[in-house]
Amino acid sequence: MTTVFDFSLLAYDPPGWGRVLLVGFWHSLQLAAGGYFLGVVIGILGAAGKLYGGKVVRDLLEVYTMVIRAVPELVLILLFYYVGTDLLSRASAALGFGRVDIDGLTAGIMVIGLVQGAYATEVFRGAIRAVPFGQIEAARAFGMPGALVMRRVTLPAMLPHALPGMANLWMIATKDTALLAVIGFSELTLAARQAAGATRAYLLFFLTAGALYLALTLISNVIFKRVERRARRGLVSARQA
Amino acid sequence: MAELDTLSSPGRRPALGPIRLSAVLAQPHRIVMLLVALVGLVLIIRLMDWAWLPGYLPKLGEGLMMTLAMLVSSVFFGFLIALPLGLVQVGGAWPFRWLATGFCTIIRGTPLLLQMWLFYYGLGAVFAQFPEIRGSWAWDYLRQAWPYGFVALTLSFAAYEGEVMRGAFAGVPRGELEAAEAFGMSRWQIFRRIWFPRAVHRALPTLTGEIILQLKSTPLVATIAVTDLYAVITQVRQATYLTYEPLLFLVAVYLCLSAVLILTLRWVENRVPTER
Repeated sequence: MTTVFDFSLLAYDPPGWGRVLLVGFWHSLQLAAGGYFLGVVIGILGAAGKLYGGKVVRDLLEVYTMVIRAVPELVLILLFYYVGTDLLSRASAALGFGRVDIDGLTAGIMVIGLVQGAYATEVFRGAIRAVPFGQIEAARAFGMPGALVMRRVTLPAMLPHALPGMANLWMIATKDTALLAVIGFSELTLAARQAAGATRAYLLFFLTAGALYLALTLISNVIFKRVERRARRGLVSARQA
Repeated sequence: MAELDTLSSPGRRPALGPIRLSAVLAQPHRIVMLLVALVGLVLIIRLMDWAWLPGYLPKLGEGLMMTLAMLVSSVFFGFLIALPLGLVQVGGAWPFRWLATGFCTIIRGTPLLLQMWLFYYGLGAVFAQFPEIRGSWAWDYLRQAWPYGFVALTLSFAAYEGEVMRGAFAGVPRGELEAAEAFGMSRWQIFRRIWFPRAVHRALPTLTGEIILQLKSTPLVATIAVTDLYAVITQVRQATYLTYEPLLFLVAVYLCLSAVLILTLRWVENRVPTER
């Protein structure tokens, strides 16, 4: 142990582990983006269901968001992963397709999307409620059907209110991808651990992985700030606490 | 079910008590849903394999104690660290402000799992290299896993709560502080009598949400070989080859824990007087 950090271990080509880390990072990005997108879709549907749905739909959605927010993500990920893959392979076996193996990426996106969806539902519900009701009423008075009102008026008008929450959710999504290391999907955290285990340079690889996550967070922060400023243009500042 | 609303909107406190329960049961569709849920529960209990449960109860109890110990200790010490973190970000000299902001950004910008592994594997390996440390009294603790889990959880809570406290300190109305100054109070008196209590008061509603989030982070310590509730369940799964039963049990326990925590914290919160 003459030097604390042997940076040649981070070289792109083997024997360096740079490539492994970057591939892991790319997997993390795919997971986060896919899960986030799925979560936003679930969130918009869930918010619409909670606000405009029937009593049963509302209560079911309430149960969904409550359970997701009360149970640790790690447990949910394990449960969804096993239940999801088990159910799917059983279903395809019953239909005569034989066993299907869901790859880790798809399963991971599903799992993160389901977790994100619960939080997104709350974000969008709050944002939609912040839209002045007269605007939605006006659209209805024009004779627009529900979906059209949603697309033309409600969704664009709620965007500025939803963006801070959406930015927050994206940060949570990027960090939640690390949990998939526990079920053996080789995203950035697990890649760093494998590299560290092989070279015994634990500090170096975990710090490098941390720097990659941090860079992602900081860059996303800047982008979200820009988008938010653009979405809020023309809006009277409501953030007078 | 609506009881758990505080998770999303910590500022809002729905009424609690018998009124709510009767409101839940007043609607016929809820009675049907409750019945369906009950039938599902009975089916789960009757059709699934729960023979492992009695034998593992003592271990599960120990795991639960570990989970609760991790939660309570990390929230307590994390909050103690969060106070100065929030304070210097609002009114500190620039090096402190810079350090505190940097700390919060780094901790909040990286996954807790990674931090935990960094502490346990990374620092653990570094500590093991120094004979001075190996020989000292601290080694008894440093070669165990739980101190690393505790430190990671505490720092994480401190960073998130520090951000909340920053907002809380910044949000105390200027007029109140000026009024205290006009009374001739010293800086320390202003802090002790006005600024600090008012900030904690403002931060209190969000504390519930943060503590629930912290409860949900505790199972990560199982990945560094601390035997909390989650780790015990993992042992059960490996020993019995059951997939669903232990996980469902775990979900049920965490649901109960969250519910108890929320009700307790709301009770505490309601004892703090608020205008309106």
